[in-house]
Amino acid sequence: MLMNNALQHNVASVAPGDVPAILEMRGISQIFPGVKALDNVSISLYPGKVTALIGENGAGKSTLVKILTGIYRPNEGEILVDGKVTTFANAQAAIDAGVTAIHQETVLFDELTVAENIFLGHAPRTRFRTIDWALMNSRAKALLVSLESNIDPTIRLKDLSIAQRHLVAISRALSIEARIVIMDEPTAALSRKEIDDLFRIVEGLKAQGKAILFISHKFDELYEIADNFAVFRDGRAVGHGNLKATPQDEIVRLMVGRDVENAFPKVDVAIGGPVLQVEKYCHQTEFRDISLTLRKGEILGIYGLIGAGRSELCQSLFGITKPLSGKLSLDGREIAINSPLDAIRAGIVYVPEERGRHGLALPMPIYQNMTLPSLGRTSRKGFLKAANEFALARKYAERLDLRAAALSVPVGTLSGGNQQKVVIGKWLATMPKVIILDEPTKGIDIGSKAAVHGFISELAAEGLSIIMISSELPEIIGMSDRVLVMKEGLSAGLFERKDLTPEALVRAATGNA
Amino acid sequence: MPRLLRKRETLLFIIIAVMIAAFSTRADGFATPGNLSGIFNDTSILIILALAQMTVILTKSIDLSVAANLAFTGMAIAMLNATYPGLPLVVLILAAILIGACLGAINGFLVWALEIPPIVVTLGTLTIYRGMAFVLSGGEWVNAHQMTPTFLNVPRTVVMGMPILSWAAVIIVALIYVVLKYTQFGRSTYAAGGNPTAAVYAGIDVGWTKFLAFVLSGALAGLASYLWVSRYAVAYVDIANGFELDSVAACVIGGISIAGGVGSVLGTVLGALFLGVIKNALPVIGISPFTQMAISGTVIILAVVFNARRERNRGRIILRDKAAAEIPAEVAA
Amino acid sequence: MSTVVSTPSEKRVIPDRLGTPFKRIMASWEVLLFGVAVLIFIFNSLASPYFLDAWNLSDATFNFTEKAMIAFAMALLVISGEIDLSVAAIIALASTAMGAAAQAGIGAPGLVAIGVGVGLLCGMFNGFLVSVMKLPSIVVTIGTMSLFRGISYIVLGDQAYGGYPEDFAFFGQGYVVWVFSFEFVLFVVVAILFAILLHATNFGRQVYTIGNNDFAARFSGIPVERVKFILFMLTGVMSGVAAVCLTSRLGSTRPSIAQGWELEVVTMVVLGGVSILGGSGKIGGVVIAAFVMGLVTFGLGLLNVPGIVMSIFIGLLLIITIAIPIIARRIKAMSSK
Repeated sequence: MLMNNALQHNVASVAPGDVPAILEMRGISQIFPGVKALDNVSISLYPGKVTALIGENGAGKSTLVKILTGIYRPNEGEILVDGKVTTFANAQAAIDAGVTAIHQETVLFDELTVAENIFLGHAPRTRFRTIDWALMNSRAKALLVSLESNIDPTIRLKDLSIAQRHLVAISRALSIEARIVIMDEPTAALSRKEIDDLFRIVEGLKAQGKAILFISHKFDELYEIADNFAVFRDGRAVGHGNLKATPQDEIVRLMVGRDVENAFPKVDVAIGGPVLQVEKYCHQTEFRDISLTLRKGEILGIYGLIGAGRSELCQSLFGITKPLSGKLSLDGREIAINSPLDAIRAGIVYVPEERGRHGLALPMPIYQNMTLPSLGRTSRKGFLKAANEFALARKYAERLDLRAAALSVPVGTLSGGNQQKVVIGKWLATMPKVIILDEPTKGIDIGSKAAVHGFISELAAEGLSIIMISSELPEIIGMSDRVLVMKEGLSAGLFERKDLTPEALVRAATGNA
Repeated sequence: MPRLLRKRETLLFIIIAVMIAAFSTRADGFATPGNLSGIFNDTSILIILALAQMTVILTKSIDLSVAANLAFTGMAIAMLNATYPGLPLVVLILAAILIGACLGAINGFLVWALEIPPIVVTLGTLTIYRGMAFVLSGGEWVNAHQMTPTFLNVPRTVVMGMPILSWAAVIIVALIYVVLKYTQFGRSTYAAGGNPTAAVYAGIDVGWTKFLAFVLSGALAGLASYLWVSRYAVAYVDIANGFELDSVAACVIGGISIAGGVGSVLGTVLGALFLGVIKNALPVIGISPFTQMAISGTVIILAVVFNARRERNRGRIILRDKAAAEIPAEVAA
Repeated sequence: MSTVVSTPSEKRVIPDRLGTPFKRIMASWEVLLFGVAVLIFIFNSLASPYFLDAWNLSDATFNFTEKAMIAFAMALLVISGEIDLSVAAIIALASTAMGAAAQAGIGAPGLVAIGVGVGLLCGMFNGFLVSVMKLPSIVVTIGTMSLFRGISYIVLGDQAYGGYPEDFAFFGQGYVVWVFSFEFVLFVVVAILFAILLHATNFGRQVYTIGNNDFAARFSGIPVERVKFILFMLTGVMSGVAAVCLTSRLGSTRPSIAQGWELEVVTMVVLGGVSILGGSGKIGGVVIAAFVMGLVTFGLGLLNVPGIVMSIFIGLLLIITIAIPIIARRIKAMSSK
């Protein structure tokens, strides 16, 4: 294994007589304005071996994947394929070098057919160099059948469910005669049986001598399928070695940098009476029969795989989408929420998962983002008053310990953690009763994560009621008073704090037999 | 069968058929093969321009300069024909296609290399190209008597029951169909417009695809320019004024999404024919041709409503029973 | 057991703004455009002896005042991420309505009400289609463009309306004081009103946010559909106002009135620094762009350049002014590598 210059946690080395690596990355650095996403990282991938890439959100894993697939070009460092220095000038070059990736959110084409999605860019040709649709369809069918799926290759992608789309993405990766396969959280929306099928395929790929980079934070799966591991933290490679010979605590310590206990400062709060009551909320295509009760000062976690319908439920509670049926009561009074404005007036606010896409207008200044829902209070008779806006923004910037050059700089220049603070500050300024947080620490560095968690606890102590969607087990177990688990749009169980174990939650979320 | 009925193209076809039937009750002879092929002949140029526009719209762009391109190129070759009557027609047609392609390439270059939004680029080039037509011609017209007989007669010559003008449209329809369905470039237009991010991940060069789409659009406009000046036997600065919007209308009616990535050749052709039938029917059934614009406008609005209904984003389908049923099939050989 | 990062006593002070106001202003599009305007002014005064005459310059303003008033409303619409290509057709329809009313003997105040009223109704129709039916504005307004002008054609055919009452001519031909025409004064007033609306009110802030990030605006409780509906109404009203001025100036109405104006208005908006993608732009820029386009057309007119050649210059101006900052940024990025 190659050495890197960070802490050497060479816990157990790979078996002697090593086959040379198919792909090596040496000293890779990736710098964006304001943040160093990768700092002098090295990693090697070996034929016939699965390397697990482990790290918290924001550790640099997706940046590494983008470099490997030719989307980004690294600022420093080099990539070697079969020992030869190679540059991936663009995505096609990476594909030609034999790199293929299955992404977390399927990056495919809704309006094209399943077969075309699988073969786009490398469709089989007739002898006239035209695309051979018949052959493409039959090859697609064969691939899908090998994954034990009966999806019809001639239907459009947009008619498939999330799990089905995943299978199409995997088929696409298989259709390229790839030598290096990157799998980025591929089991996020799959059932146990589908995961077993996937692992069978992975074993098959290993037998064919392909090198696999497997990104996941589900340790039970990693220990099942991976040979080696590499741990990233804050953009650095902090450890690597043989996975099966390394105990899980060791890995977690490398990931987090300290004991897990302290990262989730749960403060015991006196929980009051019910504030929000949701009864049998149903949506056309996204969730059905969800009921929950949220109490004052409580943190209710919502856990589930990607695509379970958690965000969709909360967006419905906030008025972004209309429910098909169901009742909502706040402080005992029945209310109807048909738009975000209704929700805000009622005192329910929503901090979205994608803060860049849904939470902030990135080119606009910090203070304008912060005052957006509160313009009624800062303006006079509809006219903007800059002094009031700056005062409001300053108050919450200080309260959240925001780091920025000035309140008038575009919020897009801030780091992920600080952007999140702006979003939270924006909503706190509306004096809400219920605050819904959707993956509040996604893509945030460790330091800011702990600060956000501490802050959430403070809010609960002040009497706010909090719903927190999270995919990270340590976070949800550490922070929640109760946890609602969702699976494929349905409720899969409500757990009290004393019953919160990783096993119980995962079992409910994946529907293990 | 139900899936076929719900398809946009079938619906459009039925509507056109119903319209023709309705018009023929008011005007005898409307639905005769002779009249219908006459309508097709009249609509041929719009079909070609609509297909040009379709290719561009697929890539999430728009080309407002097609008509101005047609005007300049048409003027150029008409003047060439008048000044050098000895030049073979083939050379003139090739020159038209080449000039049109160059004008298209200018659009494509600005969109690709400078990443200026297509609507802004073609807004600018639309006035520039038409102005250039004026400068080239000095404001003069090129009239029928200045054009050579070959120049004028070839599109009118009837071959196997249809004028060559109609055949030109048929050939272009077939050509564009093959290009869009069977070539890498064609599939790339759908991908680049449907999901630009995913297209990049799939190794497709989105900017280059847009460039090629504009070049193709320009080339088709060039071909159409010869057909126009020959058919109407005149070339002046204002020819085809407003036709760029007609080409967009034909696409919209045919189900092409303005957001890119969606649409079929058949739909575009039907959209153009729809407009053509209306245009031809009005004088025949006794409605003042002055109503044509209002009718076009209403039709476009209705078409957009239909398009939007089809595209309404269903969000993620999470509930399993709402997703497409997997078809139990025999294992593929 | 909390591990909060900073201690309470250490307070971080973040300044409100960076840099000096001077630097911020100098680096803007509006200054670039103003420079272009000055250059054109100088060039024109050197090129023709008739240019620097007060009354001639006043005549020149008629070239752009009507379009500019529409451009202000259009600018807000484009900033919000939409577009309205039917503005010229609205002028035609409003003008036709006024002509018909004039035939029926209605006096000037009534005519103004009808013209602006028709504009408002057309704007509401557009707004309904885009906001309520959620249709894409570019193709919808291509449709309404044909529909509105088509109605004018149905009413008028190839005829024209004339016979407007005498006092009606004031709007398009009258002067308020010295060389300043009613149209020019109206243009100034409208410019100020729109500048206040866009830059100093909550509504303007909402428009910018919608254009920058439609989702984030919605997720922040902004009534996106309602704002867009109002913007289409405004565009319709301003088209109606422009129709009053133009009809009054020409003294007659044909269905082909203001043909092609929609593209000139959009050109004015984009030249004024408003991004066609939405989210940015200032009224000041549109004002300068109006002057630039007016100066160019007027100056070229003095040199007897035909109208259609003038539009080559406008087209070139549009592309070059958009391209220059992009090329400059590329050069800067390449040299800093």
